Order: sequence, then structure tokens, then C-alpha cells
Amino acid sequence: MPPDASLLDYLLRLADTDLVLAQRLGEWVGKGPVVEEDIASTNVGLDLLGQARMWYGYAGEVEARIAGTGRDEDAFAFRRDAHEFRNLLLVEQPNGDYADTLARQFLFDQWHLLLLRALSASADERVAGIAAKAAKEAAYHAERSADWVIRLGDGTDVSHARMQDAIDGLWMYTGEMFTAAPAGDPLAAAGIAVDPAMLKAPWDARVSAVLAEATLARPADGWMQKGGIAGVHTEHLGRLLAEMQFLQRAYPDAKW
Amino acid sequence: MYAQMVDTGVRSVKDAAAMTPEEQAFQARIDADVKVEPKDWMPEHYRRTLIRQIQQHAHSEIVGMLPEGNWVTRAPTLKRKAILMAKIQDEGGHGLYLYSAAETLGVSRDDLIADLHAGRVKYSSIFNYPTLTWADIGAIGWLVDGAAIMNQVPLQRTSYGPYARAMVRICKEESFHQRQGYEIMMHLAQGTPEQKRMAQDALDRWWQPSLMMFGPPDADSVHSAQSMQWKIKLLSNDELRQRFVDQTVPQADYLGLTVPDPQLRWNAERGHYDFGPIDWREFYDVLKGNGPCNRDRIRTRVKAWEDGAWVREAAVAHAEKRAARKAA
Repeated sequence: MPPDASLLDYLLRLADTDLVLAQRLGEWVGKGPVVEEDIASTNVGLDLLGQARMWYGYAGEVEARIAGTGRDEDAFAFRRDAHEFRNLLLVEQPNGDYADTLARQFLFDQWHLLLLRALSASADERVAGIAAKAAKEAAYHAERSADWVIRLGDGTDVSHARMQDAIDGLWMYTGEMFTAAPAGDPLAAAGIAVDPAMLKAPWDARVSAVLAEATLARPADGWMQKGGIAGVHTEHLGRLLAEMQFLQRAYPDAKW
Repeated sequence: MYAQMVDTGVRSVKDAAAMTPEEQAFQARIDADVKVEPKDWMPEHYRRTLIRQIQQHAHSEIVGMLPEGNWVTRAPTLKRKAILMAKIQDEGGHGLYLYSAAETLGVSRDDLIADLHAGRVKYSSIFNYPTLTWADIGAIGWLVDGAAIMNQVPLQRTSYGPYARAMVRICKEESFHQRQGYEIMMHLAQGTPEQKRMAQDALDRWWQPSLMMFGPPDADSVHSAQSMQWKIKLLSNDELRQRFVDQTVPQADYLGLTVPDPQLRWNAERGHYDFGPIDWREFYDVLKGNGPCNRDRIRTRVKAWEDGAWVREAAVAHAEKRAARKAA
């Protein structure tokens, strides 16, 4: 892949992952366990949505460099079908109960923060700028979701069991976050992207420490589901997009 | 404000002669525009009326998150989605300030929520109407928040200090929401024929319920006089409703939409719009629980609360374990 095409694909991975998780958090609006959590969870969703928009904005510029014209954020978000989405499988998993939602958030946040901090030193200034801004928000997200994993793991017997189930159930989607870049990937060579495999050791250390404090067992690294980055998703993404894209699909000529 | 028909527990307003010396001193402070603070002496009916009013308002903010939340996952653009999420988040924040203001009067948030779930207290009738299209999100911002602001601006001067101060912050955010709602309507009104139809349909459905937000006509409003003497309420239902109509009709004209009221016309002599009768039977029906969404709204709130019980219990259990470990 030529460098700009690789970069476009990479930016869409970042953007789509943020957007899909923001969409999932949006499903919780008004239904959280307590108003403070409703506000906090919506806040995280808003941050991720804002980050998705920054990544889509840059993706559009890169696409224009390749094709002469680039799509805007809404064309990327609302006019692509599931196989064109590059998000991680982890973030498209359904909300489930609050333990499922927080476990998903925790596993993602710890990775996301490491990724954004590393990308803050990207050789591509635009990538570095967006990542540095997003990393500040992600630091708060990572702290909040880790606190909740500890709270629920080390709370009551019920919450402990639910959180353990949630972590166990989602574990097979964590491997995809560390899929090594293909050999000869121009972005890694140019210092633009981060080799995801580099994030594995610090992620393991952080996640293990939190799980230990939460009195939860860290699942073994068994079979890992993959495919999101290549556009092969779980059944859940299609429905998520059908709902999200409804108005733009039903009224293709309208401006909103 | 989102409080309607707040029961003051009194049937007639006392004049000075009928008041105890304490009540007279209290009324004198109110008349002199001195704010009542949580530790001050206050008549029991004043305290209870305020709890009811603030509680209704708080619940309205929380229940009001649901009709708008209905469109978060279907907002038509990323920008609109972000604005809507931020708005609903603000409403959660308003609910929190208001619950805190109510707690200064000696009740707990959990008790207030139990009252809501058991149907012992109301929230604004407006949130028992459904959001059927995206235009309803515009209409809620424009009309519902518009009506709320009309009520809330005077409440910044209400006699109870914590309530008045909460209202100052809330008003700033509400006027922002109203502009955002109107902006959604502008895009629809200038859009495709389907979008215009959506906008007109939303106005048709939300107009009368918005007028009802101010509560029944003054003649039928048994508790208003007492609330006005206490300066918990500063303008009458009909005065506020007239202000709202006067402000909103030109905005509808600007959008090129038709207010669904054949009797609506400018009365140059009065300097106000005259408008047709309101279907108060519908209002009382909705208050009784017969609105299109009463059942769904409460069921959703109760389910969220019950589904979240184990989370809240775990948070408390963990906090206690931590405290015990620290003490050991």
C-alpha cells in the first residue's frame, strides 16, 4: 500500500474505533445506575466522539491527497457499510450489564491511553497533535474505568461475579489490539504509526495490577478473535450501523 | 421550570393578622427580598411546597433525558450527536443541582426518587409525549426549553437561596439549548420537502403541550396565590404563557412554519397575541398518567434504578472495605 493509503486506513481504524464505542455509550444515556454515572459515561462518549471527528477530519484530507477529493466526517460515519469499518471488535460488543460496559471500557482505555501517548511522538505532526490532545482525555477515562473495575471486583459477591464474567467474556477480543503491523508497513517504518505489539507488555502490566487489586483473576491468553481491522466484524456492528445511519440513508439528499 | 400545580397544602392565603409572629417576621423578610437560607426558620408549608416544586423540577430534568436520549443513537450527523449528548449531560447536571437544593430542606435524594417511582410526585407533563422524528429534538429545544426558560428566568429571584442560585446556572445552559433547538428547526425548515414536513409536524404536536407546561389558567390555579406570596413563584401561569406565545410566534413565522391555532392573531390593542383555547382535558389526562408515554417513562426509570442497584451496593461495599482497611 502506498504511504498515504496506509495512513488513511490507519486513521479510519482510530476514528471508527472511537465512534463505535461512543455510539455504544450513547445507548446508555438516561439509563445509568446513578445520575453521576450517567453524566460521566456520557462524558466519555462525548470525548470519544470528538476524537473520532478529529481523526475523520484528517482522514478526509489524506484522502484528498490520494484521490483529489476527500470525504467529510459524516460521509465516513454514515455512508459506509460494515465491511468498510475498521474498528476493533472489542468496542462493537453490546453493552450488556454495567459490568460488561465497564469491562469493555477498561480493557480499551488502558490500551487507548498507551497508544495515544505513543502516537503523540508520531513523525506525522497532525497525528501527533490529535493524539496529544486525545491522550489527556484518555488518561481520565483510563483512571475512571480502572476505579470501577476495582470497585465492582472488590465490592459485593454479586458485583465480583459479574465483573469476572465480563472480563472473561471480553478477553478474546483483546488480542486484536496488539496485532503486529504487516512486515514492511510504511507507517511504522516512517515513525508515523505505533507498532501495536509494543503496547502489549505495558498493557499487561497495568491490566494485571488493576485486576489484582480488584481481586479478579486475569484470564489466560487463549484464542483471540480478530477481523475488525480487516473489516470482518461480529454480527453486532451491522445493527449498530443500521440504527446510527438511519436518517442519512433514508433521506440521502437532506442536510441536517 | 418544569413544575406544574405544586400543592402548597393551604387552601387560602393568610393575611398578616392571621399569622403567628414568626410567620409575620418570615413574610416581612420575603417582602424585603431577603433570601431564605437552609438554616433559617420557615413555615412548614413553605418547606414542603419548595420540596415538591424543586423535586418536580429535578425529576423533570432526569425523565426529560429519555425522550431526547431516544435520538442520540440516530442523530443525523456527528456534530448533532455531540450537541445532543452534551445537552442531555447538562440536564443530568441540572437534576443533580436540584436534588442537592432539595436536600438542603431535609430530604434525601433516594427518598425523592422513591416518590417518583411510586407515582407520588409528578414530573412535567411535557415529557409524556413521544419523540417520533428528529424534528422533535429541534422542537423540544426550541419550544420546551423555551417555555422552561420563561419560567426559570424569574426563578433566579425566587425566595429560597439554594434554589435561586441553582437556577442562575441552569438558565445559562437552557438558553444555549434553546438556540441549538431552533437551529435544528432552521435547517429542517430550509431543507427538503420531507424535512419541512417533519418540522411542521413537530410544531403541530408540541405546540399545545408546550403551552400546558405553564400550568392551568390562573382562575383554576388554587395554589398559585400562596406560592406567589412566598415568592416561590413570581409570575402567574397565564402571564408566563402569554410571554411565551408572544416570543415564539414570530420565531415560527421566521421559520416559515404555521402555528397550529386558527384563532391566533396579533391584538394591537393589547400588544399581545390572542390565541385559541387549550385542551385542558388532555392536560389533566396526562397528569393522571394517561399521556402517550407516562407508562414507558416511569418503567424505564424504575428499570434503570433497579438494574443499577447492585452497582450502587457494590460501590458502597467497596468504600466500606477501603475505609476499614485504612483504619486497620
